[in-house]
Formats: sequence, structure tokens, C-alpha cells
Amino acid sequence: MSELETKSLEERFNQRIANDEKIEPKDWMPEKYRKTHIRQISQHAHSEIVGMLPEGNWISRCPTLRRKVALLAKVQDEGGHGLYLYSAAETLGISREEMFDQLHTGEAKYSSIFNYPTLTWADIGTIGWLVDGAAIMNQVALINTSFGPYGRAMIRICKEESFHQRQGFEIIMTLMNGTDEQKAMAQDSLNRFWWPALMMFGPRDADSPNSEQSMLWKLKRKTNDELRQAFVDQTVPQAELIGLTIPDPQLKWNEDRKHYDFGDLNWEEFWQVVHGHGPCNKQRLDARKNAWNNGAWVRDAAMAHAEKNANRELKQAV
Amino acid sequence: MSNHLVQYICGIADNSLILGQRLGELCGHGPSLETDIALTNISLDLFGQVRSYFQYAAELQGDQSSEDTFAFLRKEREYRNVLLVEQPNTDFAYIIGRQFLFDVYHQLFLEKLQSSSDQTLAAIAKKSLKEVTYHVRFSSDWVIRLGDGTEESHNRMSAAIEDLWIFTEELFSCTELEKEMSNSALGVDVSLLREAYLNRVHAVLNEATIAIPDVKYFQKGGKQGIHSEHMGYILTEMQYMQRTFPNMTW
Repeated sequence: MSELETKSLEERFNQRIANDEKIEPKDWMPEKYRKTHIRQISQHAHSEIVGMLPEGNWISRCPTLRRKVALLAKVQDEGGHGLYLYSAAETLGISREEMFDQLHTGEAKYSSIFNYPTLTWADIGTIGWLVDGAAIMNQVALINTSFGPYGRAMIRICKEESFHQRQGFEIIMTLMNGTDEQKAMAQDSLNRFWWPALMMFGPRDADSPNSEQSMLWKLKRKTNDELRQAFVDQTVPQAELIGLTIPDPQLKWNEDRKHYDFGDLNWEEFWQVVHGHGPCNKQRLDARKNAWNNGAWVRDAAMAHAEKNANRELKQAV
Repeated sequence: MSNHLVQYICGIADNSLILGQRLGELCGHGPSLETDIALTNISLDLFGQVRSYFQYAAELQGDQSSEDTFAFLRKEREYRNVLLVEQPNTDFAYIIGRQFLFDVYHQLFLEKLQSSSDQTLAAIAKKSLKEVTYHVRFSSDWVIRLGDGTEESHNRMSAAIEDLWIFTEELFSCTELEKEMSNSALGVDVSLLREAYLNRVHAVLNEATIAIPDVKYFQKGGKQGIHSEHMGYILTEMQYMQRTFPNMTW
């Protein structure tokens, strides 16, 4: 294909996106579009399955049967999200095995928030409330993203995530209506997760090189800083309502901006965790690698059995 | 009578509770995303059944009891699950073997419990049976896949069935309470399930090319509250929150 032809295809492609048309897997797309989508969708999928670990850590210790059933269902939902997202990425010409390999070698990233430990029952509530809350901020906008399979996966994912968020908030609210010990547990959890939750929106806009292109492709509808601000504005009144204190002495309503001003994030910690040196990076990755490596004989057996069955059917047919 | 019925219901629920707890430990660590989701789903079904049984038991008891006091605040001796369900998640073959050997029993048991003269119990059995029918299909398919898969999977599946077989006889040994319950048409005479169980299990093992274990000595005790060494650890973890922070609402 000549340079001119490619250029005209690309112009038409950009026009389709500008017209709010969906791009489907078999449509022509620029190589960069394909690669960027594989990267983003697979990282989203990895976040779902690594995200099963910190919460899975509390399934065996839930305080009541009702909470246990709800947590199991939630973690199972995340596995389901992982499945749709891997499938969506597969339509772009990459296999699930390749994506797992990228996760295991550290080539692909996942959301840094899951590298923080879940130390108390309150953390299960905080993760639902803040982490799923922050995820929804990003994901609702993606329902209208340009790549069809990703946008469609997001519709179902967002419905479930918003349920998870309410469930998380309800856990924290129950603690705040409980004993002093329970209230302290909730506050301690917020203290530990507040800043990591704000870090979920990524680097400052000035340090986020992919933003402009992603905006054009509707892979991103708002900038990192805009989303972070929206999250703070939404969450602070929720915390106040149930009597929790946001652990930020600089947090203050700004009447002129009609937004909350808040303190700067610890960017050193942000990059440390992104680069693989957070409290649980090694543990999380090891857990995934172990599950995969220890399961190799099971997957091999399933393949071998399917092959034997196919041969038997073939023989019968002959 | 009511007290005996409560004890009987707890015995049934405890099997689902402890197996559900074991499966819950695996969430996020399965050999593939699909098996991970399926095992979590089975755990979820089992805990759903547990809630129905314990809520009914609490209602019969008529005191301050709740589904959670039954699940989290009894002593080890008061749990009446069979030894089979408390066995550890040694590897995927053990997980599947344990599941299969219990599921086939569970299905036969619920088929009979549907005719209980107690309508609530019959209704719980009917609802649970739909779920357990799927569990049997899932675990049987995997026993066959692993047994008739590679040499390694065959060896692992055979070892798991061989090791777990010693816990199967307990499923059919009737306690005094079970006899009383089946005599009054409330419960199931489990000793009558043995033949159908062995037929179904043998059929699957044959298809899986796994030898039927030739075992003469079996282990029992769970139904009397005498458990394996694993049980204390299971309960320590499961009861952690209720024991550390008593009398709170969660």
C-alpha cells in the first residue's frame, strides 16, 4: 500500500471516529491504534484478575455469611470482567497466552492499587467504595469509546462496578454505625487507601504523554487531572456524611473554582509502585505466575483429552 | 424433636459450609480463568445453601441464634461435616476428586431429601438439587479429562482418588440422629445411597480410565464431631472476625 493510500485510509478512519462510528475488529485500523488498544485493554484485563487477589485474601475470613456470599460474587464478577476484556483484546490479534506472558514478565502493567495489602476487613469496604469508585470514573466514559468490543464490554462492567461500589460503601457505613473499634478500623483503612486511590488516575497531565492521541480515539474522554478532581469532589461529601476524615490537611472547598483543593500526591511513591517496588508487587505477580505454572499440567490434560476425543470421533465416522 | 431436627439440619449444612470454605481459598489461583470462575461459583452455591439451612435452623431454635452464630460461633466438636470435605486443596486433582466424590453423594442425598415430610427442608433440597446437578457435571467432566488426559494428569487424578477414597464410607454410615430422622420421614437413610453412589462413581472412573481403589479400611468421625487436624485451622480462619470482635454488626 502506498503512503498516499495509507494516508487516505487513515483520514477516513479518523473521520469515522469523529462521526461517533464504532471501529470493529475486522475494519482497517492504523497499526498504532491496534497496538494502543491491545495495550490498554489487556492492562485493564490484568487489573481485573490481579485485583481478585487482595479481595480474595479476605474470602476465608468474612465476618458474616451475607458478606462472604457478596464478596465471593464480587471477586467472581472481576474474573468475568477479565474474561470479556481478554476476549475483546483477542479480536485485535493477540492470544490470551501472549497477554499472560506479558503480565508475568512485567512487560504489561496492571493498576498499581492492587499492590497495596488488604490488612483488615474494612479494606474490603474501602476497596469497593474508593477503588471501584475511581475505576467507574474512568470506565463510564469508555462506554462511548471508538473500539466497539471494548465499549460494549464496558457497559456490563460498569453496571457491575457500580453495584460493587455501593456494596463497599455500605460495608464502611455499617462500620461507622458500629462500635468505636469498628469506626477506628474504617478510618485507618481510609488513611491507608486514600492516596493510593488518587494515584489510580495516573501521572499529572503534564507527565502523561499518551493523553492527546487517546483523546482523539475516545480511548480517554477526560484527562487524568480532571478525573482525579471529579473523584475528590464526589468522594469528600460521602466521607463527611458518615463521619470519616480525609487524611489530607490541605483539603478545602474552593468557592471560586467550585472544586475541592487538595494536597499534592507523593509522586515518588507513585513511581516506585509503578516500577514494581510497592508493598505487594512481588507477591501479586508471584501468585499469578504460580497459578499459571502450577496449572500447566491441567491445561495440557484438557488439550490432550480433547484431542483423544476428536480422534475417537474421527475413527467412528470412518 | 425440634432440637434434634436443628442438629440434623446443621449436619447437612456443615458439609456445604466447609467445602464452600475450602473452595473459597482458591479464588484467584485457579489453573485457568474459566475453572477459577466455575469453582468460585460452586462455592457461592454451597454458601447459598448454607444460609437457607442455618436460617431455618435459627428459626426452629427460636432463641438469639442466627445463621451466623451457627456458622461462626460453634466449637469444633459441634461441627458435623464429613471428613471428606475438610481435606486440603493439595492440587487441582485433589480439588476435583474431593468435589466429585462429594457431589455424587450430595446429588443422591438431595434427591431423597426432596421428599422430606418437613416442607422447608424439602424446598431447600429442591432448589439446591438444581445447582448440585451442575456441580456433578463439572466435577465428573474434569475427572474424565484429567484421568484420560496426559500421563501426568492420569497419575495425579488416580493418586487423588486413591487417597480420598478412604473418606467415602463415612457418607453412608448412619448416625443415631440420622436413623431417627429417616424413621420419622424427616430425613434420609444415607445407608441406602451406597449402591447408587458406587454405580455412578464407577461409571465416571471407568470412563476416566482410573482404577477403582481397593481399600479395606476407611476413616470416619466427622459426623460425630471428631475431625481431622485440618479442621482447627479452617475454623480459626473462618471464625477470626467473630472471635476477635464479638457481638458486633457487620
